[in-house]
Amino acid sequence: MTISSDVVARLDGVVKRYNGVTALDGVNLLLQRGELLAVLGPNGAGKTTSIGLLLGLIRPDGGKAELFGMDPQRIEARRRIGVMLQSAMLPFTLRVGELLRLVSSYYPQPRPLEESAALAGIGDLLNRPYGKLSGGQQRRVQFALALCGRPELVFLDEPTVGMDIDARRKLWNAMRALVAEGCSVVLTTHYLEEAEALAQRVIVMAKGRVLSEGSVDALRAQVPLARIRCATDIDPRAVAAWPQVTSAEREGARLLIQTSEPENVLRRLLDADAALSALEVQRAGLAEAFTELTREEGEQQEAA
Amino acid sequence: MNTVSIPVVPAASVAGMSTGRVIGAYLAEARSECLRYMRAPGFMLPIMLLPTMFYLLFGVVMGHPPGDDTARYLLVSYGVFGVMSPGLFGFGVSLALERDGGLLTYKRALPMPPGAYLLGKMLMAMVAAAVVILLLLAMGLGLGHVALSWQQAGLLLLTGVLGVLPFCALGMLVGTLIKGQGAPGMLNLIYLPMSFLSGLWIPLNLLPKTLQQIAPVWPSYHLHQLGLTALGLQHGVAIRHAAILVGFAAIFFLIAVRRLRRYG
Repeated sequence: MTISSDVVARLDGVVKRYNGVTALDGVNLLLQRGELLAVLGPNGAGKTTSIGLLLGLIRPDGGKAELFGMDPQRIEARRRIGVMLQSAMLPFTLRVGELLRLVSSYYPQPRPLEESAALAGIGDLLNRPYGKLSGGQQRRVQFALALCGRPELVFLDEPTVGMDIDARRKLWNAMRALVAEGCSVVLTTHYLEEAEALAQRVIVMAKGRVLSEGSVDALRAQVPLARIRCATDIDPRAVAAWPQVTSAEREGARLLIQTSEPENVLRRLLDADAALSALEVQRAGLAEAFTELTREEGEQQEAA
Repeated sequence: MNTVSIPVVPAASVAGMSTGRVIGAYLAEARSECLRYMRAPGFMLPIMLLPTMFYLLFGVVMGHPPGDDTARYLLVSYGVFGVMSPGLFGFGVSLALERDGGLLTYKRALPMPPGAYLLGKMLMAMVAAAVVILLLLAMGLGLGHVALSWQQAGLLLLTGVLGVLPFCALGMLVGTLIKGQGAPGMLNLIYLPMSFLSGLWIPLNLLPKTLQQIAPVWPSYHLHQLGLTALGLQHGVAIRHAAILVGFAAIFFLIAVRRLRRYG
């Protein structure tokens, strides 16, 4: 077995320009079979462009995009993928069942209609016209269309936008079921908790470049911060001057400290105030890591 | 002799698509395209009603003797007028809207067989054109008592169903040039003047000489001539008009496909 046989999608040093503006600047991306990859980044980071290149919708100006080792524009490659795009106005007058049957007809061995509907939780909507559905229901139908062809790789571009919490959790479970079947998933999202809950690997993009790539834990570890909260009388200005303390401030009755060395700071805190109570220590979440990674980019943008 | 064959590529979906399923995909696409527009009255009614109402007013209510050539002439004129709109609007407007709404992008990402999208729309326009001609024929024969043989009626229907194709190609070209809501206005700017200038509303010989001379520039003029030949009002030269229409269709189509490939 060769190494490349488990790679389902690849961007290799891809450059893409629109009218002289560089949208992607040497992006590398590798997706393994059965992997769920989350692509994060602020608007205009190049997420949708990257997906467009992998789907063969646009051509790179430099570098290479491949699906299953083939040109993404080959229909043989696209018969192995499923797609859910951010903005696709599907025909309003067609019923959900008709849409499912239509998209299934493009694939060699699609799932039975009922199975697709059940996976996406739209079994009760099959006879409804698509245009009469709510935004969240339409998203679920689009998800069903993405998986109906029994694809080996599914692209989901912001799939849970406009969904309530319950619908979002159901979709997460469906995505987990897909991955359990051995399907690979590329997910772009604005919701960090979504990436945190689902992804094995996370890519952070900004301004057309990949800023960071790795597991959720590895991404978090890039920002080695912990948060300490406690009820105490100690003056925050004094704490802020301690070594390894990034910031210290008062939040109501609580003191909030950010530090890279929580153990040392804790020891000193407890020594300083024996009456200290309501102690909480928390590692930085993906949100902090993400903000930290993209902050520099944002500041440059504001300055410009 | 105990060879055990081990499939090299076990994954089912890699095995490729059987011809039957590919044909099925084309059929499913055409069926969906017809269904979705037949179910959209806001889209179909203007296409159907405009030519039938005009014909009812000028062809039937105004009254012409049944055996009169004028009655047959008007049937052809409004038939051509009616056939142009499913081509121009059915194809052009829907393409412009779907490019705008992202449906075309979505379809390009899906493994839809090549051309199925355009073939589906073409079929939809042909069905709509057939319905328009049948409505006009029913009114002409039933209310206007136009004298027609079955063969002539059949030829007119055939002219309409195939004659919609150059206008599909023209609509497609406009649909690739203009995105979204701007397309209907632009298409009306083509549809209405072109109908007038090729003698569909007022017979050509009543128009100024210059307009008569430039009439062969318009595809609708040639379709009109073909229709007149079908009803025995004109003789010979059918092949030439048909060839010119094929030429128009090919040129519009090639430019449109080029633009679609390039800009999506």
